[in-house]
Amino acid sequence: MKTLYTLIPLAPLFAAIAAGFFGKKLGRTNSHRVTIAGVAIAFVLSLVAFKHVVMDGAPVFNETLYTWMVSGGIRFEIGFLVDNLTVLMMLVVTFVSLMVHIYTIGYMDEDPGYERFFSYISLFTFAMLMLVMSNNFLQLFFGWEAVGLVSYLLIGFWFKKETAIFANMKAFLVNRVGDFGFLLGIAGIVYYTNSLSYVDAFAAGDAIAGQSMNILGKMEWSAITVICICLFIGAMGKSAQVPLHVWLPDSMEGPTPISALIHAATMVTAGIFMVARMSPLFELSETALSFILIIGSITALFMGLIGIVQNDIKRVVAYSTLSQLGYMTVALGVSAYSAAIFHLMTHAFFKALLFLAAGSVIIALHHEQDMRKMGGLRKYMPITYWTSLIGSLALIGFPGLSGFFSKDIIIESVHKSTIAGSTFAYWSVLAGVFITAFYSFRMFFMVFHGETRMDKHTAEHCHEPPGVVTMPLILLAIPSVLIGALTVSAVVFGDYFDGVITVAAAHDVIGALGETYHGVWGFVKHAFATPPVYLAAAGVITAWVFYLLAPSIPAMLHKRLGFLHRLLENKYGFDDFNQFLFGAGSIGLGRTLWKVGDQTLIDGAMVNGSAKGVGLFAHVARYVQSGYLYHYAFAMILGLLAMLTWFLFN
Amino acid sequence: MNESSSYILSLTIWLPILGGAAIVALGDSRARPLAALVSVLTLLVSLPLYFGFDKTTAAMQFTEQLKWLPDFGINYLLGVDGISMPLVILTTLINVIVVISAWEVIKDRPAMYLGAFQIMTGIMVGVFSALDAILFYIFFEATLIPMFLIIGIWGGPNRVYATIKFFLYTFLGSVFMLIALIYLYKAGGTFNILAMHTVELGQKEQLWIFIAFLVAFAVKIPMWPVHTWLPDAHVEAPTAGSAVLAAIMLKMGGYGFLRFSLPIVPDASAAMDGLMITLSLIAVVYIGFVALVQNDMKKLIAYSSISHMGFVTLGIFIAFILIEKGDAAGVALGIEGAIMQMISHGFISAAMFLCVGVMYDRVHSREISAYGGVINTMPVFGAFMVFFAMANAGLPGTSGFVGEFMVILASFKTNFWIAFLASLTLILGAAYTLWMVKRVIFGEVANENVAALKDIGRREFWMLAMLAVFVLLLGVIPDVLTSVMHVSVENLVQHISINKY
Repeated sequence: MKTLYTLIPLAPLFAAIAAGFFGKKLGRTNSHRVTIAGVAIAFVLSLVAFKHVVMDGAPVFNETLYTWMVSGGIRFEIGFLVDNLTVLMMLVVTFVSLMVHIYTIGYMDEDPGYERFFSYISLFTFAMLMLVMSNNFLQLFFGWEAVGLVSYLLIGFWFKKETAIFANMKAFLVNRVGDFGFLLGIAGIVYYTNSLSYVDAFAAGDAIAGQSMNILGKMEWSAITVICICLFIGAMGKSAQVPLHVWLPDSMEGPTPISALIHAATMVTAGIFMVARMSPLFELSETALSFILIIGSITALFMGLIGIVQNDIKRVVAYSTLSQLGYMTVALGVSAYSAAIFHLMTHAFFKALLFLAAGSVIIALHHEQDMRKMGGLRKYMPITYWTSLIGSLALIGFPGLSGFFSKDIIIESVHKSTIAGSTFAYWSVLAGVFITAFYSFRMFFMVFHGETRMDKHTAEHCHEPPGVVTMPLILLAIPSVLIGALTVSAVVFGDYFDGVITVAAAHDVIGALGETYHGVWGFVKHAFATPPVYLAAAGVITAWVFYLLAPSIPAMLHKRLGFLHRLLENKYGFDDFNQFLFGAGSIGLGRTLWKVGDQTLIDGAMVNGSAKGVGLFAHVARYVQSGYLYHYAFAMILGLLAMLTWFLFN
Repeated sequence: MNESSSYILSLTIWLPILGGAAIVALGDSRARPLAALVSVLTLLVSLPLYFGFDKTTAAMQFTEQLKWLPDFGINYLLGVDGISMPLVILTTLINVIVVISAWEVIKDRPAMYLGAFQIMTGIMVGVFSALDAILFYIFFEATLIPMFLIIGIWGGPNRVYATIKFFLYTFLGSVFMLIALIYLYKAGGTFNILAMHTVELGQKEQLWIFIAFLVAFAVKIPMWPVHTWLPDAHVEAPTAGSAVLAAIMLKMGGYGFLRFSLPIVPDASAAMDGLMITLSLIAVVYIGFVALVQNDMKKLIAYSSISHMGFVTLGIFIAFILIEKGDAAGVALGIEGAIMQMISHGFISAAMFLCVGVMYDRVHSREISAYGGVINTMPVFGAFMVFFAMANAGLPGTSGFVGEFMVILASFKTNFWIAFLASLTLILGAAYTLWMVKRVIFGEVANENVAALKDIGRREFWMLAMLAVFVLLLGVIPDVLTSVMHVSVENLVQHISINKY
């Protein structure tokens, strides 16, 4: 199996190299052929791996591929850990990636950077696979930074656009802030275990939990809490949790296919995956779990609210992604790791679908992204319409669709949890249900229903995009509907994650939920006895009233609640604050250190100062050497006198 | 140590020196092919040092010994171990790239220019392989002469100030080193560096000797606050001069700490480690901020170099905290990280300076504001520049990551806050590098100069591609480098763990 597992990431890597270095020679068609083939191979082999690991119940594969280096008694290795969690992630990544590859043929059709784009997304697939398949922290960090690199390259894909090249730098730097914490977390693990492998870290978990660190003065910190929070800061960067979320909305400057692949379905969920993978460590620190829970609930609620006032179709979906990532983080916080991964999976399908559908609308309207200039598209693009409807319903948790199961389980888990912060989290995720339904259907109605608001020329040319675009939509719509009902029993309530995810008995909310779980149908029926379904319905109806029935209401609210609207439009001021404190602040600090420290103090006073000092001394000394004999004689007499006096009085 | 058993090191030193002299003598017409021949031959001659290296011994290898001034105990003594050998190979590799970089660019007295670089290469190999303190000192000082000429003759408009600053700064530093070496001779009766390692010295003596060495090596590497000569020297130096200065000459400082300060005066080094760690962290953080606001690309890279060298001194001097904690493995991790960082920085900084050189040759400006959207007219070059920028920002998979990662892991073993401050480079390094890339490489074509740019030709392509290969190789398989230094570093760790008095 080692060869097979090795081939899975390597196939897209070779394809990326081929399209990247020889794209112009291969031509456009061959470039997309080779990369699609690479990802298709990875997908098919992932299916084989799935059958092998899950269906046939093969033992967990944990082997080293090669030794990167050995230093200080630590083995730095590249290797794979393939268990049930890994194969699930591999399938999600390769499937969505394959869909996005196919979709790109249509979406990037007229772009001069066609080959380059395919090369990048294949390279991304490679990096993401390395990340999820890793069996150690080194490779995890490799994949972590590599997906960040490709994200950087893809957000700035249209490198002439000032906003795009600002956004990609911002994304990289904000992610680096997260990686900074992540690296410290890894260093902490190495400090206590002298190893980078997961197995060693998990085995040492209890030992680390018994340790404490002196960080601030005499205050003792539990080592495991410090390490877990540091690791989670990495996840906050990658999975865009408040306050490190600021890069994700701006990342929409990149082409839409990558928004679907990287900034919705896969890369941004790396943080969620990482925490779930590290569950044996996180379970040991309730402080860290509470921290995660609070951050997640803030993200889930407040980022959803911003989604309400966005008019750019992609930005609505982006804020929705932030909010849903918040849900996953909340699930992690209450130790419902399997629910988090389950939501990660369902979300990957329906959010990729929503992004690709948004992209379909965007190309149909010649790169128009403002929803105020859309409307009534239902009749022009039926496939996009119906698949968008499915995606939106799945997102808001329509009973029976995939998002319904995953979101309901998260809400129920939070309800059951007793960890600090769980009450706040419960109300946040509950309110989030209404908000999600509202902004989703606000978008849906503004785009597809109502009167047509685009100009005449655009309307005349508006039509459903070609099959390479619509086919991925349909293929993604299928799991968006079915995957939840099909897998919930096994993945969340079954034994799918046994031995992969560790949950302490005191935190086991999923176990508690499982006691009352009696199959899919019972779950659906039970849902009608809980608030989320009605909240979602209320959200849809409100959106219908506001944007189809009586469009005067939002306009009036806008006037009445101008303050609130401005707050949301300014995104709570995060961007301005960062720009001021970290942007201008760093430059100011740098300039001060340079001008005052380097130029005035070091160069001015010390270096040139000492040079001037020597000059000055020489200048004075010159007068002494006057050349007149009587000057010298006089000096000698003075010196003699001084010496005699000294001798006499000592 | 046996009598001369090998001629490889002598050949690697004297072939380029004599070759350089021949290039100057034969004149401009034959300078280029001759320089290419000399540099490639030197590289080939030096390769057995890597491929024939015995990884299992800490003893000096490829040793040579000739009596020189026997009355003073001064010998012509050469040899390399796992610490110095990589630096020798780095020197001969960069030398080939330097010749490629100067090929068509230098019109003014090319024979002297190329000859000076060949001579300098030989001298620098001498620095890294000399095992006699006086021999070392002579080579150490001799590097100043060709570099002085290179900046002084082929440099920019403010070259006189820069060269004098460069010369005085480094010369002043090394004078103190000479005094210390002579004192050590008095105390131990030998100029043999390895023998000096075992000379017994009191705490106070050690402290004075440490300070003398510190002045010499801190200026060279350079450490804050004696770093201000470097940005000036870089700005005025011609491209290849900057590349050699950053890639190799700075490493003499780091090498000096490892070969002299640590083993000769371990107790003083241990006593002073707090100061050294503080200065290293200031270099990483303070200089990182200063790099952020530079308008001149070469200055930016120069400051970035200082910041990266902070990791070298940090990796070396956290050793003593770890020794106290009894974590010998952690000491090795830090020191190997420091060596890794030196080699990696050799490739990356050379590449960055050559990239600036490529643009400078076309537009004759180093100002960031003179560019914008370069990738539109130079896509291949743009890809290289983004790649090297990422390496400079320490992206995993490139060599830039390895040393920093090792040093951060090791420093976490000493103290959370040391690791915290050192890790800030993750953010700062990315900020100053990528902000420059954004303003220079990306965006709309900024002006007609950029619009008129022609992409790199075959010569420039291979020059950058060679460097890219090494940056990737060390990033993907750092074992090729770490495996040769293990035994020597472990030996060093053992040596400095024992008190000398």
